[in-house]
Amino acid sequence: MESLSNKRKVIESKPLNFWERIYLPAILHGLSITMKHFLFKKDVTVRYPEQKREFSENFRGMHSLKRDEDGRERCTACGLCALSCPAEAITMISAERQPGEENLYREEKYAAVYEINMLRCIFCGLCEEACPKEAIYLDGDIVPADYLRKDFIYGKDKLVEAPLNQ
Amino acid sequence: MGTADILIKFALILIIFLISLVIAMYSTYAERKLAAFFQDRVGPNRAGPFGILQPLADGAKMFLKEEIIPTNSSGFLFIVGPSLAIMTACIGSAVIPWGQQLTIGSHVIDLQVTDINVGVLYIFGVVSLGVYGVMIGGWASNNKYSLLGAIRAASQNISYEIAMGLSIIALLMVTGSLSLKEIAAQQHGWHWNIVYQPLGFLIFIICAFAETNRTPFDLPECETELVGGYHTEYSSMKLGFYLFSEYINMFVSSAVMATLYFGGYNFPFMHSLGLSANWVTILGVIALFIKIFAFIFFFMWVRWTIPRFRYDQLMDLGWKTLIPLAIANIVITGLFITFLK
Repeated sequence: MESLSNKRKVIESKPLNFWERIYLPAILHGLSITMKHFLFKKDVTVRYPEQKREFSENFRGMHSLKRDEDGRERCTACGLCALSCPAEAITMISAERQPGEENLYREEKYAAVYEINMLRCIFCGLCEEACPKEAIYLDGDIVPADYLRKDFIYGKDKLVEAPLNQ
Repeated sequence: MGTADILIKFALILIIFLISLVIAMYSTYAERKLAAFFQDRVGPNRAGPFGILQPLADGAKMFLKEEIIPTNSSGFLFIVGPSLAIMTACIGSAVIPWGQQLTIGSHVIDLQVTDINVGVLYIFGVVSLGVYGVMIGGWASNNKYSLLGAIRAASQNISYEIAMGLSIIALLMVTGSLSLKEIAAQQHGWHWNIVYQPLGFLIFIICAFAETNRTPFDLPECETELVGGYHTEYSSMKLGFYLFSEYINMFVSSAVMATLYFGGYNFPFMHSLGLSANWVTILGVIALFIKIFAFIFFFMWVRWTIPRFRYDQLMDLGWKTLIPLAIANIVITGLFITFLK
């Protein structure tokens, strides 16, 4: 019967001939192949911490809380990012801006505490999409390894962008 | 024998012991590095430059790991196993002639711990003892995988020792001596035994692979079928001893092969260079070690090339191929000696 895919192959198993039975030619052939790799092939390893591959353009890494053009924090602690987060990784405590802090915070309300649990975060980017103030972007590097669970809860000290140089 | 001679012997024993340990240590490093190169990888490169301190890190790790002795194991034998394995691995090197003689002042130092006139038999005895470490360890673990590994090791070693012994008999017919020192001395110049005994050497090296439990004959410990084989239940430095003894065995059998078939410490033109006897001896030692390293490289090269034999194939090869071949080799050698000399 004709097979449906026409890919059927009849395999004959012939008895091994003399040279195949004494193994040695096949072993020598194998040895020559591995020796070729030993001598001529370059390794393909990326030596990771020293040598890094380029990220793709839409790579989502560590979050950063942005500042505006005057160096003020954009976040108003509206909580939309926390609401949108499917992994519930984001928590924040809001505070009211005091007079004299206008150069620090853009709106009257700001996040006094802003924490992301990097072990919960799935780097989906929904916080980035939810943010009405363009305050959070996942444009950082890979989140580094650490020893303790509590060290993976990143506060504002790690998340907020460095202040502008005046 | 004066006190000085005894001290010299002790120093020699200590040096050879240290050399075998260091070589075994760095064989583990070389194995991993070579495996990496054969597979287009980098290999260990974190501990020190090019990972050169990796064996030390491994050793420290082995010592610091928790030592587990299974409840249902036979405690004493469980400890005897690895001790026996490493001990038999270490004493094999006692009869190998590392070089000719060094003359320091009035002392003539033989670079061989002891020249017993049945050196070849001694090595055979030690190699046969080696399997006891594996067997006792595997049996004492009270674990089916360990037991299977131990049984495999025992039957494999017994099968291949016969072929090995027969291949050696042909060599002894050529050399007419069982003393390794004399065999090495006879191969002066280009009279290496490999020229007279190519088939014997082939059989010997295949059996050496089997005796040291190296791929393609690493059935006693094959990870894929038997978890870890005879050392499944072992941890900490006891496991380290088993792994270590494998590498020391490899070093010793490389040394034996270099001595029996590849001229030992002899190298071409050794007496036409016009150097003093001491320098020739030192160069001879270096030549021997180059040969040994070449063999160790070959062991590793084969390991990363050939897959493991199936158990019935292993037995087939041992009993149906190598033993008849070895006997044929004896007959051919005998005919040559009778009619051509």
